[in-house]
Amino acid sequence: MIKIRNLVKQFGAFRAVDDVSLDVGKGKVVVVIGPSGSGKSTVLRCINHLETPTSGEIVVDGVTLSHNSKDINTIRAEVGMVFQQFNLFPHLTALQNIMLAQKVVRKRSDDEARQIAQQQLERVGIPEKASSYPSQLSGGQQQRVAIARALAMNPKIMLFDEPTSALDPEMIKEVLDVMLDLAKSGMTMVCVTHEMGFARNAATEVVFMDHGKVVEHNTPEAFFSNPHEERARSFLKQILH
Amino acid sequence: MSAQPPSPASVLDTRRPGIAPEFSDRLARLPWWLLVTILLGLLILYSIFSDEKTGNAFRAIVPGLVVTLRTAVLGYLMAIIIGLFAGLGRTARNPVINNIASFYVEIVRGVPMLVLLLYVAFVGVPLMMTALNQLGATLGSAWLSALTPRSFPNEWRVVLALGFAYGSFEAENFRAGIQSIDRGQSEAARALGMNYLQTMRFIILPQAIRRILPTLGNDFISMLKDSSLVSVLGVEDITQLAKLYASSSFVFFQSYSVLAFMYLTMTILLSRGVRWMEQKLSQGRR
Repeated sequence: MIKIRNLVKQFGAFRAVDDVSLDVGKGKVVVVIGPSGSGKSTVLRCINHLETPTSGEIVVDGVTLSHNSKDINTIRAEVGMVFQQFNLFPHLTALQNIMLAQKVVRKRSDDEARQIAQQQLERVGIPEKASSYPSQLSGGQQQRVAIARALAMNPKIMLFDEPTSALDPEMIKEVLDVMLDLAKSGMTMVCVTHEMGFARNAATEVVFMDHGKVVEHNTPEAFFSNPHEERARSFLKQILH
Repeated sequence: MSAQPPSPASVLDTRRPGIAPEFSDRLARLPWWLLVTILLGLLILYSIFSDEKTGNAFRAIVPGLVVTLRTAVLGYLMAIIIGLFAGLGRTARNPVINNIASFYVEIVRGVPMLVLLLYVAFVGVPLMMTALNQLGATLGSAWLSALTPRSFPNEWRVVLALGFAYGSFEAENFRAGIQSIDRGQSEAARALGMNYLQTMRFIILPQAIRRILPTLGNDFISMLKDSSLVSVLGVEDITQLAKLYASSSFVFFQSYSVLAFMYLTMTILLSRGVRWMEQKLSQGRR
């Protein structure tokens, strides 16, 4: 589904992503972990071209990402993205948030978009919040609307950029539960997260990054019980206490 | 020496005895300036109906109200349209578009309104006419070739100049509004596959315009006041009519008092309107 070859992303003199190659197969759930500043989010943002790669090649669903903006918009419609800060549209209700891109990008009718939006809200467990504005929702609810908004586009791939990092602790579970369901339903997912529980339960592969490089790429069982690399071992020791 | 903490009594002492503190507080906070303004206004209003000189001045000036309002409204609409596109241009990443927009904004903002008015009216419009004449010659259109600077009425030149000048302020206004919207908003929209125009239209501009609405309203008030400059072109707005009436009848005090009264009535009402809008918006701010 996603093929990344020799990806490099440079911010000025700083090399955020340093020669990363990665394959994500259909239906795989890849969890990317690593210390902050290790380039995890940047790799994710390069996949749907929110960041322009400095060099390297990214192929998503058979389409090579170039600078052609038409290709980029085509890819973006197939790749759902969930942000750390939710980024819901504050001037639109939850339902309108989910309907808008369906109508203007997917060219669905108002009725169809509304019906799909309602279904997606039910899927994430908050159908009663359809007419609420983002400011009237809790962080967890906002993030679930954001997931519903991405899913309503029928994406082939879902990207999660630290989806629970901005949440109060008691709201993390409701979002992770939605993600877990999604993973079980066979969605291809790439998640940057610090939730090791989610990585253990849902991931098919774990990628550990540090200093812009992929240090270890392993199954979750092997990674958590017996990581190959010293750097991964010390990281796990830090976060698992 | 030990510093004595002020006793509650000494704090109360600063209040005048005999008057409840709440009352004197409220008295001090009353908008006296507004009361005086309203009284002055009523006085002039009364004079218009009772005093012959004031009444005559008023009747001489009031026909210009249509011109004043028309130039202000049309100039403003033009400024908003120019400002929107120039503002978008200022935020554009394309260097050509960005530089064109910056050139316009920086040049026009730095020239006084009056100078700009003269420039558009006596340099810009004749140039435009010459260009149209030449176009007419190449196209063989008799109508275009026959155009002279005189075929462009002064009131249109005024609208053009006001719109052109205020467009640069509105451009900066739109730019500030657009840039005040969190980057995450456009990222989320782009990540959903929306293109630049869709993102602007459905996500960024609705939020940006909400934020700059009070400034846009205040700029209309400024525009209304600056429309008085059009009198230098002989366009018969209320200022021009007041000038004409005053100099022919030597009734200066009454003429210009009525004129100021008319502007003030409009601007105070409008600024109340803007205030009301601001409050509405801050209530609705989510």
